[in-house]
Amino acid sequence: MKATSHLQRPNRSLQVYAAVFLVVLYLPVLLIPLFAFNDSIYVRFPLRGFTTQWFVELWNRQPAWNAFWNSIRVGLTVAVISTVLGIVAAKAITRYRMPGRTALVTFIMMPLVIPGIIFGVALLVLLSRMGVPLSLYTVTLGHLIVCLPFAVATLLPRFEGFDRSMEEASADLGENGWWTFWRVTFPMVFPGVVASLLLTFTISFDEFIMAFFLTGTDPTLPIYIWSQLRFPQQFPSILALASLVLFFSIPLIFIAIWVGRLGVSQSSEGTAES
Amino acid sequence: MTGSSAFISVRSVSKAFGRFLAIDNVSMDIAQGEFFSLLGASGCGKTTLLRMLAGFESTTRGEIFIDGQPMSPVPPHHRPVNMVFQNYAIFPHLNVRDNIAYGLRKQRLPRARRHEMVEEMLELIKLPGFGTRKANELSGGQRQRIALARALILRPKVLLLDEPLGALDKQLREQMQLELRALQRKVGITFVFVTHDQEEALTLSDRIAVMQGGQVLQVDTPAGLYESPNSRSVASFIGNMNFFRGTVRRNGAANAIIETEGLGAIPVPDSRFARPDGAAVQVALRPEKFAISPTKPDAVHAVQGRLANSAYLGERSHFYITIEGRGEPIAVSAPNHNRFVANAGSHAEDTPLWLSWSSDAIVVLDPE
Ligand SMILES: Nc1ncnc2c1ncn2[C@@H]1O[C@H](COP(=O)(O)OP(=O)(O)O)[C@@H](O)[C@H]1O
Ligand SMILES: [Mg+2]
Repeated sequence: MKATSHLQRPNRSLQVYAAVFLVVLYLPVLLIPLFAFNDSIYVRFPLRGFTTQWFVELWNRQPAWNAFWNSIRVGLTVAVISTVLGIVAAKAITRYRMPGRTALVTFIMMPLVIPGIIFGVALLVLLSRMGVPLSLYTVTLGHLIVCLPFAVATLLPRFEGFDRSMEEASADLGENGWWTFWRVTFPMVFPGVVASLLLTFTISFDEFIMAFFLTGTDPTLPIYIWSQLRFPQQFPSILALASLVLFFSIPLIFIAIWVGRLGVSQSSEGTAES
Repeated sequence: MTGSSAFISVRSVSKAFGRFLAIDNVSMDIAQGEFFSLLGASGCGKTTLLRMLAGFESTTRGEIFIDGQPMSPVPPHHRPVNMVFQNYAIFPHLNVRDNIAYGLRKQRLPRARRHEMVEEMLELIKLPGFGTRKANELSGGQRQRIALARALILRPKVLLLDEPLGALDKQLREQMQLELRALQRKVGITFVFVTHDQEEALTLSDRIAVMQGGQVLQVDTPAGLYESPNSRSVASFIGNMNFFRGTVRRNGAANAIIETEGLGAIPVPDSRFARPDGAAVQVALRPEKFAISPTKPDAVHAVQGRLANSAYLGERSHFYITIEGRGEPIAVSAPNHNRFVANAGSHAEDTPLWLSWSSDAIVVLDPE
């Protein structure tokens, strides 16, 4: 402990840097809820007074509700499908000694680094060539591409951290692959599955670029927000909507990260001991 | 062990990982109810061979038969064997009872009957009342027993154990060795036990296969391995051994003698000994086969030497003795039942003394 303590000593300049970084990053975001409660349709200082009228207005707006339910439906579908695909991919990557493993991982992770606009345009061209009409299904497809890398990245450490002899022990005790998956593998990676569901749902719910290219007549919530920006008198209730989205998706992401880590430190201690 | 009584029969089995041959043409037979050990240094292929018996590794060449059935087409979950893993592989998300009952699902027993069987197993492994403990609330020794119970509850024909005592401290390990041996006698199941600890193998086993570099050097009882090792590797792996260069002399007589470096002529005890006159051999003698005395003993085979070093170990003493005609000192181990030996520590270096041995204690091996 003594020998490493200089590494743990607080570093003043690093702390200042971190604080400045966070303020610059999140200050604009904090302005959104601030103006959502401001009693003026103009977004400017000084603040005019506290009101909840924009939230009431939002509540009574049917198109906003439609867009909300569209995003929920797409988000749930994307969460389930990308998590299932993520489980299959993570299991394949960690369990089988196969050639081209690294290439496969790189391929799956590619959408993280390729700009969404490129994927969006490419998919749009492809789908229109194939004569597929744009709809919530095409949005779902686009979101799957965006979310799959996150699902795999969340699940992979779970599968990697898990002792292969657990599955062998199950086979040894007479269970085939199917039962071994449900009785051993799935319960052990379950926190990762929950984390992946939460994370992919949130990403899909907030996603704009893919949806922008692939939405048909039914908008998702971000598309709806964007479409309303043209109308100044709508703007405060859009701010109200944006602050609601913020309010719910940030905790969801934190829960996802927390659940994803559940038991990981414990199980790594367990293997270190043996 | 004749082929017909073999319960497990390993026939010319090899296993290659890429170009590396982890198991090299191994054959052995294991009888029903036997406590059989695979002994060898780390990396010699013990785990690989055990995993091939369990079905987790395929055989590159050869075939394994269990109870007369060829095993290559049989997947692990259909083999009549169960394994205790080196790290025990206790399921962390299940409590002790569900861990032990894990393999019972297919038998579709009523819940009460299942609990009863688990309780019986907990009794057997001396952990009664542990059923509802969580997997992470167990010590190493308890995990080891639960892994054992989880396998034994299925009444397998063969239990495979991969260094199950390796992770335990010395005292617990010795206690578990006794319990394991008693348990094996009680349940009558064939045990195939992997260890790198020669003492453990000698204590527990009916028979031992000594392995090195993927090959089996010798399969024999503990006494057989100790008293008549078939090679220098086996001889030095099991206990300590002194080796002497020697030459066979027949001189027309029926029984050969061996002209041994530093020890003179020793008649060969084995009448089937067939090496020709002039053949180079190695003579091996265990440290405790020498007797030590201050004056010339009344023995046929004796030689005078000088004390190079000694150590008093309580019940016995170790000596290193130099003799004429041999550069390396001879290791001698003697029980402390005479005054001369017991005072080992007080003898000055270079004290002259006598070594004697009996000709039937020698083991004749091929030259290096
Ligand atoms: N899956 C594998 N791939 C490649 N080499 C392996 C594999 N499993 C074991 N080996 C090699 O085979 C040899 C024997 O290993 P192992 O059977 O585990 O030895 P032991 O249990 O006697 O210590 C070692 O050199 C090890 O590196
Ligand atoms: Mg091993």
